[in-house]
Amino acid sequence: MQHLVIMPFLLPLLAGVLLILPPIQNSITRQRIFAVGSSMLVLVVSSGLLKEVMSQGTQLYALGNWSAPYGIVLVADPLAALLVLLTSILALASILYACAGEDETGMYYHTLILLLVAGVNGAFLTGDLFNLFVCFEILLIASYALLIHGGGKHKTQASLHYVILNLVGSSIFLFALGILYGMLGTLNTADMAVKLQTLDPDETTLVKIAGLLLLIVFGLKSAMLPLHFWLPRTYAAASAPVAAMFAIMTKVGIYSIFRVHTVIFGDFAGDLANIAQFWLWPIAVLTLIAGAIGALASQNLKMLTANMILISVGTLLTGAALGREDASGASFYYLLHTTLVSAAMFLIADLIAKQRGKAADRFVAARLMKQRDLLAGLYFVAAIAMVGMPPLSGFIGKALLLQSAHTGAEMGWVWSSILFAGLASIIALSRAGTTLFWRTTGNTADTDGNPVHITQLMAIVFLLSLSPLLVLFAGPITSMTHEAAAVLHNPELSVRALLPVLGE
Amino acid sequence: MEALFAFCVGILTTCGIFLVLRSRTFPVVVGLTLLSYAVNLFLFSMGRLSVDSAAVIGANSTYADPLPQALVLTAIVIGFAMTAFVVILSMRGRGDLGNDHVDGRIPDHSSLTDKEKS
Repeated sequence: MQHLVIMPFLLPLLAGVLLILPPIQNSITRQRIFAVGSSMLVLVVSSGLLKEVMSQGTQLYALGNWSAPYGIVLVADPLAALLVLLTSILALASILYACAGEDETGMYYHTLILLLVAGVNGAFLTGDLFNLFVCFEILLIASYALLIHGGGKHKTQASLHYVILNLVGSSIFLFALGILYGMLGTLNTADMAVKLQTLDPDETTLVKIAGLLLLIVFGLKSAMLPLHFWLPRTYAAASAPVAAMFAIMTKVGIYSIFRVHTVIFGDFAGDLANIAQFWLWPIAVLTLIAGAIGALASQNLKMLTANMILISVGTLLTGAALGREDASGASFYYLLHTTLVSAAMFLIADLIAKQRGKAADRFVAARLMKQRDLLAGLYFVAAIAMVGMPPLSGFIGKALLLQSAHTGAEMGWVWSSILFAGLASIIALSRAGTTLFWRTTGNTADTDGNPVHITQLMAIVFLLSLSPLLVLFAGPITSMTHEAAAVLHNPELSVRALLPVLGE
Repeated sequence: MEALFAFCVGILTTCGIFLVLRSRTFPVVVGLTLLSYAVNLFLFSMGRLSVDSAAVIGANSTYADPLPQALVLTAIVIGFAMTAFVVILSMRGRGDLGNDHVDGRIPDHSSLTDKEKS
């Protein structure tokens, strides 16, 4: 289908708007049915897009048929298609989970989630940097509203930091875009890569500044080290399905780092080749260490999960710092795994908190949970996957990444930091598990809290079941992620193929 | 003209950054607004500054680049929406948290305001 590429962006946008119109808006049941239905439709469409991209190669969609460097284009390459599918999976799980009652704590929950999905999918699919900015703003404004959804002091406070930081980030993004447009005369990612090769040597400094400003912006979105302070509090304050959905948001930053600093400022950028690598190395290692320390120091399960996200960001940044095809491929596999599992962990943390009364998810002795065995089982699976123990997908992701470090110095840094973070997460998660499930006082009978709702369980099982599936189908999936990396690192595919005008 | 323009953008950015680093929400919001003005002017100048030239080819001997104008228009609209949001959010923060400090509480070293808070 010719218009398949734009559908993952257009469908959630339309569905989100329809949700606030009278026939659906009047009843919460109708809203839920419509939201679940439309997110399933988005899931089907994104699977279709991935299938098409895999069989026929990168898809180019020129809006209004204005061809590449002059018009606005959407580019669906394997990486973008994979991440769009991942977003749709998360959206379905988040909406399903919220159907158990979270969506009634405030207005327009489903609309906001669908608009967030539209923004994230747009950011993955866009072929030029200005539309990346516009999609960032779409997803950010949806996320601002989602963060304070349900209200409460903690949420307002966390939200204030998050909004101000991201507004400053947007300003820096625009400064960088301005410099790049002024120097290179284009906003199209592929065209920029071409123009960069014939850049006047006098002008490289300005372009380098712009490239590094972009790294700061994407670093803020992905929560890499000096810019990570907003993440734990924001994620811990957000309501569970929102935090699960936010698991994709740091990955948008990581994706942009891969896209901009591999395609534009990659190996073929002349004087500006790999300008980010020098910074990414120390930042990646330090992010891992900061995440590990944060995980060990966490006082409750949500904060611990937020710090685990920080560790995963550090792991992905080491993949970006290695800057080779196999490392990128391994990172993309790990990215799929970590997003799904950390989203599931946020949902489990919420269920645990609801059944422990006043103790919530803090690591203190409390009454026995009503459904301890069920929750402990879910927690066990999620924790095993998260720390990267053998039977589940975290192990394969980390093993692939460790394997892609070749020289001695690389191995020294990558292996020691990733394995240290792994050890710290095992300690933190097992300590959390023993306290939450075994240190109990009193008996079950007088515990308050509702039993787990069926849609909540469906959402978590859906997310967790994808981890063994990632292992079972590790062969085809790694070949897919390696193809995504190959497209990204090969300028013939990531640049030339997208500029029909140059080919003539 | 270029020097004056650059000077204006520089002053706006400096004031914006200074105000963003303040601890109360109102200066921070004003700082964000100044920063977005600076960004808009900066983006606008990226098509190079020229006088008496429309963004139409053939209407004049010189013509301006229309793309930065389109970008600025988009950036203004987005910036406006975001400013509106942050104003409402900081008002809500003032209501919910009882003060207008960005951290939601006045730092400890002033004991007087601490009592006011409780």
